[in-house]
Amino acid sequence: MDLSYRKYIIIIIFSLVSILFIARFFYIQVIDTSYQLDATNNSQRFIVEHPARGLIYDRYGNFIVANEAAYDLMAVSGQISHLDTAALVDLLEIDKKTFVTRLSKASGNRYKPEAIVNQISAQTYINLQENLHRFPGFYVQVRSVRKYPYKSAGILLGYIREVDKKDIENDPYYKQRDYIGKRGIEEMYEKHLRGFKGGSYQVVDVHGRVKGKLKEGKFDKPSILGKSITTTLDIELQNYGEQLMKNKIGSIVAIQPSTGEILALISSPSFDPNMLVGRGLSSNYNKLKSDTLFPLFNRAIQGDRYPPGSTFKILNALIALQEQTISPQYRVRCNMGYNAGRFHVDCHDHLSPINLTQSIQMSCNSYYCTIFRGLLDNPKYENVTEAYKVWRKHATSFGLGSRLGIDLYGEQPGFIPRPSYYDHYYGEHRWKSLTIVSLAIGQGEIGMTPLQLANLSAAIANRGYFFTPHLIKSLQDTVIDKKYRTRHNTTITAEQFEPVIEGMYNVVHGGPGATARYIAIPGIEMCGKTGTAQNPHGENHSIFTAFAPKENPEIAIAVYVENAGYGSTWAAPIASLLIEKYLTDTIHPSRIWIENKMLQSNLLEKDEDTN
Amino acid sequence: MKIQTKQFNIINVFRRIDGLTVLLYLTLVLMGWFNIYAAVLNENSSGIFDVSYKYGKQMIWIIASIIIAVSLIIIDSKFYSILAYPSYIFMLLILLAVIFMPSAKGQSSWFVIGDFKIQPAEFAKITTALVLSRYISGYNIKITEWKHLKRIAAIIGIPIILIALQPDMGTTLVFASFLLVLYRHGMPGWVLVAFAISILIFSFSFIFSPLYVSIVALSVLFIFLLFSISYHRISYKIVVPTLLSFSLPWVVVYYYNIDFSEFLLFLISFVALVIPLIVYSYRKKIATLFIIFIIGLGSISFSYSVDYMFHNMLQDHQKTRINVLFGLESDTQGVEYNVIQSKIAIGSGGFDGKGYLQGTQTKHNFVPEQSTDFIFCTVGEEWGFVGTSVVIFLFLFLLIRLVILAERQRSIFSRVYGYSVASIFFFHFMVNIGMTVGLMPVIGIPLPFFSYGGSSLWAFTILLFIFVKLDADRDILIY
Ligand SMILES: [Zn+2]
Repeated sequence: MDLSYRKYIIIIIFSLVSILFIARFFYIQVIDTSYQLDATNNSQRFIVEHPARGLIYDRYGNFIVANEAAYDLMAVSGQISHLDTAALVDLLEIDKKTFVTRLSKASGNRYKPEAIVNQISAQTYINLQENLHRFPGFYVQVRSVRKYPYKSAGILLGYIREVDKKDIENDPYYKQRDYIGKRGIEEMYEKHLRGFKGGSYQVVDVHGRVKGKLKEGKFDKPSILGKSITTTLDIELQNYGEQLMKNKIGSIVAIQPSTGEILALISSPSFDPNMLVGRGLSSNYNKLKSDTLFPLFNRAIQGDRYPPGSTFKILNALIALQEQTISPQYRVRCNMGYNAGRFHVDCHDHLSPINLTQSIQMSCNSYYCTIFRGLLDNPKYENVTEAYKVWRKHATSFGLGSRLGIDLYGEQPGFIPRPSYYDHYYGEHRWKSLTIVSLAIGQGEIGMTPLQLANLSAAIANRGYFFTPHLIKSLQDTVIDKKYRTRHNTTITAEQFEPVIEGMYNVVHGGPGATARYIAIPGIEMCGKTGTAQNPHGENHSIFTAFAPKENPEIAIAVYVENAGYGSTWAAPIASLLIEKYLTDTIHPSRIWIENKMLQSNLLEKDEDTN
Repeated sequence: MKIQTKQFNIINVFRRIDGLTVLLYLTLVLMGWFNIYAAVLNENSSGIFDVSYKYGKQMIWIIASIIIAVSLIIIDSKFYSILAYPSYIFMLLILLAVIFMPSAKGQSSWFVIGDFKIQPAEFAKITTALVLSRYISGYNIKITEWKHLKRIAAIIGIPIILIALQPDMGTTLVFASFLLVLYRHGMPGWVLVAFAISILIFSFSFIFSPLYVSIVALSVLFIFLLFSISYHRISYKIVVPTLLSFSLPWVVVYYYNIDFSEFLLFLISFVALVIPLIVYSYRKKIATLFIIFIIGLGSISFSYSVDYMFHNMLQDHQKTRINVLFGLESDTQGVEYNVIQSKIAIGSGGFDGKGYLQGTQTKHNFVPEQSTDFIFCTVGEEWGFVGTSVVIFLFLFLLIRLVILAERQRSIFSRVYGYSVASIFFFHFMVNIGMTVGLMPVIGIPLPFFSYGGSSLWAFTILLFIFVKLDADRDILIY
C-alpha cells in the first residue's frame, strides 16, 4: 500500500492551522481596533469586584450573621510619586514605622495593587477619601466583614478569613486576599455563600488616572451575590442553651422530630463568634485553640466517646418488644441489683417486681440485664452471635454506629461494636450474653454522639422514623439536599413505642420512683429518660433525653453535662427549661428557681476542687 | 592518512547538511533571543549580554546549543540508531527519579544538580522518537498488526505515564503528536479522525449539555444515513419504521412526563433501531449502516460518560479548573486573566507593531509568564501583524521543509524520525500560539526557539539536529 499521499494530508494540516492562526491574528490586530490603546504608555488595571457574602438567618428570619463594610488601603507601588508619608500616616492614624515597612514589603511588583492597611474604620475612610487625590498610587478597596448580632452559635457558624496558600492551591477560584469560610456553616455552604467574583478593566494613564473602561466593558464580569441561608436554628433557644451551659462542660442538641431540623446545637464551653472577626482573628483563634477546655471541639457531633448510660434502656426495651422476646406485661424481680454467678450490677431501692413501663420509670438495671440476656440467649436464634446481629441491626436503624450526615464537618460515627469486635477480643463464639451485658444499661463498648442521642429521641417521638438532622432550612432559590427531605424508617414498628413512651412519660409525671419528677412543666406532657454514665476519668456524666409534647411532639432533646453526677440533677432540669422556653416562650414562675440555679452554678470550679 | 580522511569526511558532512533548515533554525533562535530581551527589559537593566538577566543567560544557552548542534553533526549517524534503546531506558530511569525530587508548585519535573536544572521530560520526546523510529524501521513491522501495535503503544505510553505522574500535563499531551507519525506510516486514517472527533465531543460535552451534543452527532449521522439509503437503494419500507421506532421511547416519556435518564432513552432507541437494521444490513451486506450505528452509539455514550465523570468523579476545585478552561466559569484573575491580557497585548500591536522594545503591555508585567509560555505576545505587540505572520510562516516553512526532507530518506528509520521532529514542533507551535489568542486551552508548553529556558532550547536543538545529520547521511542505510 502506498502511503506517500499522506505527506500531502500532513502538509495540509500544517497549513490549515497556520492559516487559521494568521486569520485570527489579522482579526485581533488589524480589524478589531479596540485593542489598540493609546500609544503613550497607557495601560489597564483590573479592579476585582467582591460580591457581598450571603447572610445567615435563623428559622424565624432573625439575622444571625450580617455584613459590615471594611475598607482596605491599597497601593500600586509603580504609581506612587511625591509621597508625603507623614501626612498619610496622620490620616490613617497608624504608626509611621509600620506603614513604611508594609509599603516596602508591597513594592515587590511595581504594577500590582497590594494592601497596605487592612480594615480602616469608617471615619478614617471618610477623611481619607477626601484627601486621597494627594497620594497618587493609593486607593481604597471596600470589602465586607462578618458581624454577629447574637453572641452565640460560634461553633455552628464558623468564621471567614483570608485564604492561605493551601486554599489557593486547592481551588483556583481563590486569589490572594480573598476570603474563605472556615468551619461550621461558613465552610459547609462556602460555595453558595461566597457568590462569584467579578471585575472590570479600566484604562489608566501613566499617572494612574482612570481614563475609562477597556473595550466599553467587553471583558467586564459582573459579580454574583452570595446566596443567603436560612438555618433551622432558633437563635433565642441556642442563646438560652449556651447561657444555661455556662461554666459547665457538655453539649445540647434539640431537634424538631417531624422534620429533623436542628433547633439548637450547643457545645460548651461556647464562644462568641465576634471573636473571630477582623484584626483579632488570629490571636483569638489561637487562644481558643490552646484553651484546655477545647471550645473549638464540637462535642455535640465530635464527642463520640460518650456512653449513653441509662438512656439506652429505652432502645433495649424497643428491640426486645419488636423481637417479641418480651411483652409489655413481662415482669422482673429486682432486689437492689442483678446477680449472675459472680457478676453483679447495682440497682437502687424500688418497687418489685415491675413491668416494662415501670422499668423505664424507675430505670431498673436488673430489668434490662434480664431482658437483654433473654434476647441474646433466646433459642429462636442460632447462637448469641446471630442474636447480637439482630440486636445490632435494630440499633443501627436509628442511625447509631455511623455518621448521621448532618451538614457540618467533623461528625463522628459513634460506636456500636460488630460481632467481629467481640470475636477479636474473646475468640469466635467464646463470648456470651453475660460478656456483653453492660450494653443493656448503656455502658461498655458503645459510644454515641449527643446528636445521635437527640436523634434517637426524635425517632421515638415520631414512633419509628426520623429525618437526617440538619441545619439548612432554605437556600434562597435552591432546593435543599434531598437527603434532608428523606424519611428514614427504623426497624421498630409503631405500636411497640407506646409502652416505652408511657414509661418515659412516667419518668417526668409518674408516681414514686420516677427519676425526674421535679422537672415537670405545668401544662406540658413531657417524656424523658435520665442517664448517668460512668466515666473512668472522673465523676459521672449527667445525661437526659426527652421530647414534648407527648402527642404530636415538637421538640426532641439530648443534654450531656460532663462530670456533673446524676442525670436528674443537671441534664434533666436544663432540658426541661429549654423545652419550656421553646414551647411556651417563657419560664413558669414556679420554675424560676430551677432556671436561676442552672444559670448560676459553676461546675468548673467544683471540678478544680476535687482535683 | 586516516586522519586526513576523517577531516575530509567532516567537511563533507557540513557540505551535505540542509542549509535551508539550518538557516530557518538560526533565524528563529535569534528572533527568540531578541524577543526575550524585549520581554524582560525594564528601566534599570543593562545590555543584552548581561548574564545576570534572562536574555544574557539565553545567549549562553544559544551558544551552547550551537556547540551541541555541531557535535551532533560530527557524530556518526549510526550511533543514533544504536543508542536509541539505551538512551530511551536511561531517560525512563531519570523520569522515574525526577518524580521523587522535591516539588515546586506541586510539580516535580526538574532535575537539579547544584545550580543547574534540567527538565528531563523535554528530552524524553527525543529518545521516544528515536526508539519509535528504530522499532518501525524493523523488518516486517506493520502498525496495523496487533502485536506490533502493542509494542508501539508501550514505547509511547511508558514515558507518558511517567511524565503524567510528575504531573506535567503539557508535556504529556505533546506525545499525542506521534499520532501523525503513525498515520504517515500505516495507521488507518479513521484513528486520526476518531481522535479529532473525540476531542471535539469531549470539549463540547463540557460547554453544551450531552443532549445537544448527541443530537448534533445524530443529525450528522442522519445525513450520512440518507446518503447511504439512496446509494444502496434501501427501501423506505425499512427506513421509515426504523426511524419511528427510534422516536417512540421519546414520545412515550414526554407524553407521560416520566422521569427517565436521557442516556437510557438513547440506549433504548438504539436497541429498538438496531434489531431491524442489523438484520437488514446483514442480509444485504451493507457495512455502512452498521458503522453509522456504532459511531452514533459511541459518540452518545462518550458524551454522557464525560458528563457523568465530570459531575460524579471530580472534586469541586477540579471542576472549577475545567470550567475555566472551557470558559464556563469566569476566573478573571487566573487562567482567563492571562488570556485576556495576552489578547490585549497582541491586539494592541496593530498592523505594524509598536516597534522593538516599545511594547508597554508585556514590559509592564501585565502578561504573566511572558518570557516562557506567553512569549508570542511580545512578538504580537512589538512587531504587529507583520511580525506574527512572519513568525508563523517561518514555522510553517520549517515544518514543510522537514516533511520534504523526511520523504527523501532512504532509511525508514530516518523518515520516521523526521516525521517525529515535524510533528512535535507542530504540536508545540499549534498549542502555544493558539493559547495566546484563546484558540487553545492554556497548557503550559514552550514555543520552540522562542520561549526562555535552556532545557527546552537544547531539547529542540538536539531533536532537530539529529535529523539534520540523518538527512546529511540519507544515502547510507540506517536501521
Ligand atoms: Zn431495680
